[in-house]
Amino acid sequence: MENVDKPSAAARRQFLADTARMACGVGLLGLGVGLYARHAQALPPAAIRPPGALPETEFSAACIRCGLCVRDCPFDILHLAKPEEPMSTGTPYFVARQLPCEMCEDIPCVKACPTGALDHSLKDINKSKMGLAVLVDHETCLNFLGLRCDICYRICPVIDKAITLVPLSNPRTGKHTLFIPTVHSEHCTGCGKCEKACPTEVAAIKVFPLTMAKGQLSSHYRLGWVEKEKAGGSLVAPDIEHRYNMPEGMKYESGKGLSGSPGAVPQAPTSAEPVGLPKAFQGGKL
Amino acid sequence: MSAPAKPTLRPGAEAIAAKGWLAAHKWLLLRRSSQLGILLLFLVGPWFGWWIVKGNLNFSYTLNVLPLADPYVIVQSLLARQVPEKLALTGALIVVLFYLLVGGRSYCSWVCPVNLLTDLAYWLRVRLGLKGSAHISRPTRYWMLGMTLLLATATGTIAWEMVNPVSMLHRGLLFGIGFAWAVVLAVFLFDLFVMRHGWCGHLCPVGAFYSLIGRFSVARVRLPARDACNDCMDCFAVCPEPQVIRPALKSIAGAPPLILEANCTNCGRCIDVCSKNVFAFGTRFNTTVLPVAGVPHAAPK
Repeated sequence: MENVDKPSAAARRQFLADTARMACGVGLLGLGVGLYARHAQALPPAAIRPPGALPETEFSAACIRCGLCVRDCPFDILHLAKPEEPMSTGTPYFVARQLPCEMCEDIPCVKACPTGALDHSLKDINKSKMGLAVLVDHETCLNFLGLRCDICYRICPVIDKAITLVPLSNPRTGKHTLFIPTVHSEHCTGCGKCEKACPTEVAAIKVFPLTMAKGQLSSHYRLGWVEKEKAGGSLVAPDIEHRYNMPEGMKYESGKGLSGSPGAVPQAPTSAEPVGLPKAFQGGKL
Repeated sequence: MSAPAKPTLRPGAEAIAAKGWLAAHKWLLLRRSSQLGILLLFLVGPWFGWWIVKGNLNFSYTLNVLPLADPYVIVQSLLARQVPEKLALTGALIVVLFYLLVGGRSYCSWVCPVNLLTDLAYWLRVRLGLKGSAHISRPTRYWMLGMTLLLATATGTIAWEMVNPVSMLHRGLLFGIGFAWAVVLAVFLFDLFVMRHGWCGHLCPVGAFYSLIGRFSVARVRLPARDACNDCMDCFAVCPEPQVIRPALKSIAGAPPLILEANCTNCGRCIDVCSKNVFAFGTRFNTTVLPVAGVPHAAPK
């Protein structure tokens, strides 16, 4: 029995050694590729996926790197990532500052995708979420400096919804208005037109992948003013009219500043109603 | 090493003498036309705007009618828990059925652009007389295949596509190559200096995947005149997978006169270089053996 087993034992030993060698070599390679693939899931901030792209973790599993979206984009904005670029090799992206998405109404890139990595349920380009515009640099944005640049606001395909101009007083001059371009995430498609059009040397408004750009409130947060509207009145205490406690004879009005002079006849208080009880104590429902 | 018994003629020299140059290169020429022709079909799109075929070898759409998808990539996508749309699945099905007919690894020798480079590396290797070769066993490719499938499952991405030299080269030629040239050059140099038939014959998981289809495929190299074999060994010298020839040629364990091994790439070089016309293309159902007139066996030269 032992004599018969001897050559097969040697063969088995050889087989095990060979197998171990193969498994280790291939395993090492696999480890390297696996870690590389994990790293590549962190999309670089300037790379924006085409419309309808699934969230990045799903996208890297669904996209088969065929480039049909690139071919069917009538404006040739899309590229396939080259191996040296810090994202999944062969996956499509565009760089807004170079060429932004033109938001074709028929969305040919999505139609071209054979796998659904670009989600075919996206029918309205205005509902796409390629990324989110963020006014990243308050120091160089011309509107923040007090100018009426407004270019990002004007160029936006979803004008007056995705970007609005919010007036704030200009504390530098004390008498002008700053028109602050303000992005509203529920309407911004991330097309990148604002970033492309920003006239400063480096864009002050940029489009980032949604995961990078969008914050989220904690789930237990409640907005007082929203809750107040829902309840039809203050939940805690009735609002008190603001009063300035000025020296006798002086008056302050918002926007107009001080008037009168000290020592003049004091004005009678405009309202003498007492400070009311909190609504809770008035039998109101919280 | 002992000196070879016969004068060192280049493999195929006898066939050229017997059949003429053209007949001795028939399948090689057809194969190169196929490889370059398919590449050209893809290239005339980006070059001249003639969009006969869009996409690349991972997925292509011909005349907006025929979808073709690489089933290997689709399998990885499924393992990464994404179910592709019908178009991609249909494309993969068509490709699987096609290679079930023509032979799984026909993809390697008739379509794959890397084969052009590794064949060139082998040709140079012979020309330059480079002898040594690292030893990695041929089944390593199945470990590679298993590893790539495991990676897709574990990482939830089509991880192998990050580094796959096959799709990298093809995509690079069509969409801009970037640093993919370095990866492709590495494969070429590996085959040239480190290992004979190293990439395609031992490591490539794409070939390993297609060989699984090839296990059951219909088109085969037949050996209708295997009794005419004169043991010149030219077929072994040119075959990229020489281990597939022996069972059929030498009728090991009563093997039929058919190359049934999954890793035969149906390249047809054995047919070309055989001066005795031992080989021919056929189907796996055809086991006829021609009577060989006047040649008992191994005619001495």
